[in-house]
Amino acid sequence: MTREMIREETEIAVIGGGLVGAAIAWGLAQAGKRVTVLDEGDNAFRASRGNFALIWVQSKGLGMAPYSAWSVRSSNAWARLAAALKDETGIDVAHQRPGGLMLSLSEGELERRAAQMRRLHNQPEMIPYPYEVLDHAATRALLPEIGPQVAGSIYCPLDGHVNSLKLFRALHASLAARGVAYRPNRPVETIARDACFIVSGAWGEVRAEKIVLAAGNGSARLAPQVGLNAPVRPQRGQIIVTERAKPFLNYPLVTVRQTDEGTVMIGDSLEEVGFENVATTAITATEADRAVRMFPLLAGLNVVRTWSALRVMSQDGFPIYDQSTSHPGAFLATCHSGVTLAANHAFDIAPQIAAGALSADLLPFSARRFHVPQAA
Amino acid sequence: MFRRLPEVAGDTIALTLNGTRVEARAGDTVAAALLAASLPYCRTTPMSGAKRAPYCMMGVCFECLVTVDGVGNRQACLIEVREGMRVETQQGARAIVSEAQA
Repeated sequence: MTREMIREETEIAVIGGGLVGAAIAWGLAQAGKRVTVLDEGDNAFRASRGNFALIWVQSKGLGMAPYSAWSVRSSNAWARLAAALKDETGIDVAHQRPGGLMLSLSEGELERRAAQMRRLHNQPEMIPYPYEVLDHAATRALLPEIGPQVAGSIYCPLDGHVNSLKLFRALHASLAARGVAYRPNRPVETIARDACFIVSGAWGEVRAEKIVLAAGNGSARLAPQVGLNAPVRPQRGQIIVTERAKPFLNYPLVTVRQTDEGTVMIGDSLEEVGFENVATTAITATEADRAVRMFPLLAGLNVVRTWSALRVMSQDGFPIYDQSTSHPGAFLATCHSGVTLAANHAFDIAPQIAAGALSADLLPFSARRFHVPQAA
Repeated sequence: MFRRLPEVAGDTIALTLNGTRVEARAGDTVAAALLAASLPYCRTTPMSGAKRAPYCMMGVCFECLVTVDGVGNRQACLIEVREGMRVETQQGARAIVSEAQA
């Protein structure tokens, strides 16, 4: 059987239709660009369907102060993104920013976390933001259902959350409404450069003036083909979700949150296991145990699903935004916080790509930071 | 709407449904007892508030969720009636805070 090969042309091809690719494509469409999104199929390792849906600021950026400012910026712009999506698609992505907490189950853990926040804020170029270290009683004032083992918490008013599946749907609904060509089941194998970029796979090819690599862990393989470097690897996280309960948790926590629809998500794990996304009992049991120590009333809730998904993790854990010097018009965007940073991707990264160059402000995020001569 | 088969016998079990005494038969599931008692619905859904009643009667559809002896989201079709059992229809999502305080 032979299939006719697809040949299409576009102005900008975005490779990857997850949250990063979709948010950038959305911003490019806003800028009036003709955009094609090339995506894999439903069996892809898709971080966008497995994530925890936090819009998170506290604790981010130790080792790279600009990442902290970048996260604050996106958190501040998020309400605008949610409102725009609601206007355009009617989909309420349930964005909320009541502030978020990181609970500690011992005095030692609380002190370690507080010290980490002090170190973060003592960095050169750090733009301070408000946070508070709360003892048990002060934490209980915000979260009446905490258990006696909670020593305290760190509260940051900039943290929030969203319904990430609704976000994913709203972005794609908007892309369709704006005439962006969304092409699933088109895994990209090679990117060549002639008079334009030729992006191809077994399905055929798309020719584009510019390309944006937003392929998550797939970018590691594709980036060198256009003179870019995307040293990212999969890092597994496992999530438990319970049956729906009436609202009892009014703030998102870094490891526990109640969704707008009442389910409770519990996720507290990082594992280096390669391209393997099976949920394992040992990990989910530990996550459940910690969650029940934080909130004893969770013990009676039924679990309805567990899953695992693969984060996209760079060597230092920070995002990579880059543009190719050998292949002008090729851009790279990758991070493990596609929800938090969605507003920046839509409102900052996309307009810069549309205009042809990333801003100098983004230089700290270039993969050139990894080009340090290796110690002999 | 539902009538019991005449040839099936069994001891009478008394339970309360929303505080009112209801008679069931030994061996009934809670869902069967609710249907026999002509309860119009057993819960409302958390998102839209739609009324729901027992449907599959074999534990897969989760439509028959009720509060049994103070514990919400119990599958009525998988629980056998017991003397003195307290069954309550459930409005929306499970109320774990008030369950914990009860």
